[in-house]
Amino acid sequence: MDGIHDLGGRHGFGGSLETRDDGGFHEPWERRTFAMASLLTGTGCFAIDEFRHAIERLDPVAYLADGYYGRWLGASELLVREAGGRPQPGRIADGTGRRALDAPPRFAVGDRVVTKNLHPAGHCRLPGYARARRGVVEILQGGWVLPDARAHGRGEAPEHVYTVRFDGRELWGDDAEPATSVCLDVFDSYLEPA
Amino acid sequence: MSHEHETDPRAIRAEALETLLTEQGLVTPEAIDGILRHYEQDVGPMNGARVVARAWTDPAYRERLLADGYSAIAELGFGGPQGEHLVVVENTPQVHNVVVCTLCSCYPWPVLGLPPAWYKDPSYRSRIVREPRKVLSEFGLELPEEVEVRVWDSSAEIRYMVLPEQPASLAGLGEEELAAHIDRDAMIGVAKVGP
Repeated sequence: MDGIHDLGGRHGFGGSLETRDDGGFHEPWERRTFAMASLLTGTGCFAIDEFRHAIERLDPVAYLADGYYGRWLGASELLVREAGGRPQPGRIADGTGRRALDAPPRFAVGDRVVTKNLHPAGHCRLPGYARARRGVVEILQGGWVLPDARAHGRGEAPEHVYTVRFDGRELWGDDAEPATSVCLDVFDSYLEPA
Repeated sequence: MSHEHETDPRAIRAEALETLLTEQGLVTPEAIDGILRHYEQDVGPMNGARVVARAWTDPAYRERLLADGYSAIAELGFGGPQGEHLVVVENTPQVHNVVVCTLCSCYPWPVLGLPPAWYKDPSYRSRIVREPRKVLSEFGLELPEEVEVRVWDSSAEIRYMVLPEQPASLAGLGEEELAAHIDRDAMIGVAKVGP
């Protein structure tokens, strides 16, 4: 989904960072929201992929204005509403992500790969800035549930995941800073041999 | 005129949701308290600092940590949500690593606890992949051009933690003394372990 959540590389989000924050919660409602959302996914009412996609489906203005735990609150409300106000624990039998695969990985460490130019309307974990870009496989990460499937109730459809390294110039062209690269965890179906 | 009695609409919404979920038995005060106790007391950067201090003092552990971060961290008793598979990436004189999640805000909770506000901010998420050197310099970390900056964008369920370099000034210290010098920012990769 080409939504507001896909922030990597966007311009305009502020030139300096408040770097001294200690982490944790700043308001009581943030604590309660964090715990409630953790329970909704932890008890299997919703899959983590459904939760992430619910955040992506929030109104873009609210996405930015409500902050991190505000997004968790909005996503929890959205999923509970879509469940008719009655979420069912155990609906997701196994919320974890790792799955053993019989098929061997299609790529090996050092292989050159290229990402597909994907623009699905639904959940997808390939950031916009890394679509149709060439990289090199760095790490084989084994089999994992495909978020694109589980976020939409289409089963687990597990695939191999590869950590792929992209040179800064491949991603940002002449505007790239010198000697930089980005490593991404990429699902098999997002990739082609290069 | 004071505005202190104005209530944040998000606080009202959170209360309404908690009431609904409590009525259905999906949420109990005990369950909520248990989760909050875990994240406010049991996990935090002190866990990651123990991992790093062990790696600095025990070469065999360091090897296991870099080969299979998840298992080596579990040896010290750390695991749980957002730590299903943890990869530890090592800073060297040639490569500096830094961690982000541009699509949401994935973070290695079992070793670092809850993320700081800046990690979840659109500014960090948008900029660190495009201009990592500039962002790092705002954290006070200037890296020479000979050092490659490698950004790890956590786009699947694998979580990343940085193993910082041990500064010469901390040579010869024991594990516990070392751990006191290792802070969260160095394990995200936006700082080095000082001085």
